[in-house]
Amino acid sequence: MPEPLATIVAAVTDKHNRDGTRLMQILREVQEGYGWLPPAAITAIARAIDWPRARVESTAGFYSFFHTRPLGRYRVLWSDNITDRMLGNMDLMNAMCQKLWLEPGRVSEDGLVSVDTTSCTGMCDQGPAVLVNYRAIPAMTAEKVERMTELIRKQVPIADWPPEWFLIQDNLRRADVLLNNDMAPGVALAACFARGPADSVEAASNERSWREGVQAHTQGPSATLDEIKKSNLRGRGGAGFTTGVKWEACRHAPGTTRYVVCNADEGEPGTFKDRVLLTRQADLVFEGMTIAAYVVGAGKGFLYLRGEYRYLLEPLNAVLDRRRQQGLLGCGIGGQAGFDFDIEVHLGAGAYVCGEESALIESLEGKRGVPRNRPPYPVTHGFLNQPTIVNNVETFAAAALIALKGGDWYRAIGTAKSAGTKLLSVSGDCERPGIYEYPFGVAVAQVLADCGAANAQAVQISGPSGICLADNEFERRIAFEDIPTAGAFMVFDHGRDMFEVARNFTHFFAHESCGFCTPCRVGTSLLKNLMDKIAQGHGTQYDLNEIYKLNQLLQMAAHCGLGHTACHPLFDTLEKFRPAYQRRLKTLEFEPAFDLDAALSQARQMTGRDDAAAHLGAAEEIAK
Amino acid sequence: MTSQTFTIDGREVPFEAGQTVMQAALTAGVFIPHLCYHPEFKPHGSCKLCTVMVNGRPATSCTLPAAAGMEVASNTPEILDKRRMLLQMLLVEGNHFCPSCEKSGQCKLQALGYELGVMTPHFTHFYPDRPVDASHHDVLLDFNRCILCELCIRASAEVDRKNVFALSGRGLKKHLIVNAESGRLADTDFALTDKAAQVCPVGVILPKRRGFAVPIGKRRFDEKPISAHVAEFAPVAPAKQGEGR
Repeated sequence: MPEPLATIVAAVTDKHNRDGTRLMQILREVQEGYGWLPPAAITAIARAIDWPRARVESTAGFYSFFHTRPLGRYRVLWSDNITDRMLGNMDLMNAMCQKLWLEPGRVSEDGLVSVDTTSCTGMCDQGPAVLVNYRAIPAMTAEKVERMTELIRKQVPIADWPPEWFLIQDNLRRADVLLNNDMAPGVALAACFARGPADSVEAASNERSWREGVQAHTQGPSATLDEIKKSNLRGRGGAGFTTGVKWEACRHAPGTTRYVVCNADEGEPGTFKDRVLLTRQADLVFEGMTIAAYVVGAGKGFLYLRGEYRYLLEPLNAVLDRRRQQGLLGCGIGGQAGFDFDIEVHLGAGAYVCGEESALIESLEGKRGVPRNRPPYPVTHGFLNQPTIVNNVETFAAAALIALKGGDWYRAIGTAKSAGTKLLSVSGDCERPGIYEYPFGVAVAQVLADCGAANAQAVQISGPSGICLADNEFERRIAFEDIPTAGAFMVFDHGRDMFEVARNFTHFFAHESCGFCTPCRVGTSLLKNLMDKIAQGHGTQYDLNEIYKLNQLLQMAAHCGLGHTACHPLFDTLEKFRPAYQRRLKTLEFEPAFDLDAALSQARQMTGRDDAAAHLGAAEEIAK
Repeated sequence: MTSQTFTIDGREVPFEAGQTVMQAALTAGVFIPHLCYHPEFKPHGSCKLCTVMVNGRPATSCTLPAAAGMEVASNTPEILDKRRMLLQMLLVEGNHFCPSCEKSGQCKLQALGYELGVMTPHFTHFYPDRPVDASHHDVLLDFNRCILCELCIRASAEVDRKNVFALSGRGLKKHLIVNAESGRLADTDFALTDKAAQVCPVGVILPKRRGFAVPIGKRRFDEKPISAHVAEFAPVAPAKQGEGR
């Protein structure tokens, strides 16, 4: 092993106490130091954390952002959400490749640079976006492509690139109780402590948490839980599970220690509200996590931040440091004896499936992000098999406000079944893309009017796994009882081809399938190929029937929600925008996927021929 | 002590507390198609061949704990159709050439194909590029046939305590790897006597210098179909389920 690599591995693994559950952070930091993860690095890391080598390689091979082969000193990844496509990312990427004499996905001959696509990077309101060595750069233009290729050719370090390129806009368009919050750090926590009258005794619901160390005077945790339950707060990550019920189940679950996990793996294409919350309201989110720890009796918290938001790591760590100095994290928080809690930011590495809570926990433990068999659920068997709550960023922020202002206050906002506000990430064909916070119950038409989308043909709500609304459905409302959403709101005007939208989403699912179960692993790729076949003009009714059959199988047999929902976008668009499919179909009953003429393309390339006689169809014509 | 029962396709099946639907069914002589399940290992439910309908909802029978009064549907036309699709998916995902495969007649994938009447692969082949590993003195690894059931991984970790195998990659690029920096089986401590060498349901892990010892036509699943072997798949000691054997 070359000396620098050995030094890097030793320093990084020592920093992480040679703890295997920290493997994700170890791999990332070694890669940041060395550029990639050569076989010798995998071996050395495995030795340091005392894991079988194959298991370390197994984890490294799962995540898109870890590379076990060199991919160039500059790695440019173009975000490939449909919104980036609509803003022309493909033309820009091809222009970049041309200037660099590169094919997408290949490394340049001199090992300097590689250019490829990646799943949505959460910059849909300011695309087309790229990641350069996992640093986000939004708003790419032809001019920026020109300058960037020059900087790469001249091997200018990324630290010396124009700093304004790395500026991320918040694009805050409409704020309500969450985004207007200006609470000072610690105020909501103090409110929790105050809820417990000093003379009353809490009947601790379990004996195994830090609460047994708390003097018998704190009623705060259960009183705070009551407020959360009263508020009827429901999870903001999409599934909408009642937060109070989840917290209570974790609080009551037997275990030796408890964990609070904030899911900031915002991977659903079209969603970027957690990025803005973590930029503008990080204190509120951390305060919500600390309150959750107070309620359930947790000693440790993690914020699982998606790898695409790497640039937020240092600012978030600075906020955590300040909160430690303020006595809002650490031992005896707020002077409450025994209330010990700290938070750590854990960075993901490019895997959408880790947004599923049990896959996220696997990833936190240093493993492949494969969803677990459930039950048992994380509230009883989560991180290291201990009781764990996993909540969305927005849920924790709302919980902090509820702790301060009370459950009744919160419940009065929104609709009867959907309390509070919802952050929407609006992108696509509109004049004012960005973040909009509304009380639940807002009509889709209202959002469209506010964001300046006059000519909308369709809206994709909650990303590819959500629902696609046609223009006769715009009176429907954002609420759990009508259209639940994790926050994505992508607008398509009448000029857009909805078939291409669905095809983009199908590629996304095929790329992000974890591969654990047969139907999703193979089925999502079969779907992708069917959609490509239709796009190339070889599709028939037979292929549409195949899509229906695959959908039934995925619904019935897939292991997790990713597989269950992989056909949603196809189905919605097929039902509502059938002409977009039909005009591509051939009238034949069947057309083989195998294209004889295309199969000759390699031979043509090798012989340098591309004349008419070198093509099958043309050759037959000539023979006639 | 086994007073509790549930039904599969109308037939009453007794079970003991802690047993899964699959374990109870196999013990009772009811065959449920499966590939990643093995009586000696903790089930994980990845192949999905054993998908059934329980009280009208789909479930994976190898991981689902049995409960009294469940109504399980297994051999309905709809479910059989889905199982055929899953087999076809596995057939096009890898490179399977039964006529030249040493495991023909002993292969569970092939046997289930016959059992369920899979007449064609149906889907377009992916034709993945998967080089074989012939580095080991005693064993050949032909990854072309791997169906990613993880049985060798579990056997090597839980029984052999060697961790010779693992998975890498994601999605359709998921693949079996071995525990060596070189990536070669010869550089691991794998041995032909390992449990992991015995559990492959298809033809990935093959002993060298032992080709076609039993003629095709006289092999395990040639003699009688896989469903008639149901007793061999039943849990060895049902009372001890849940222990990490």
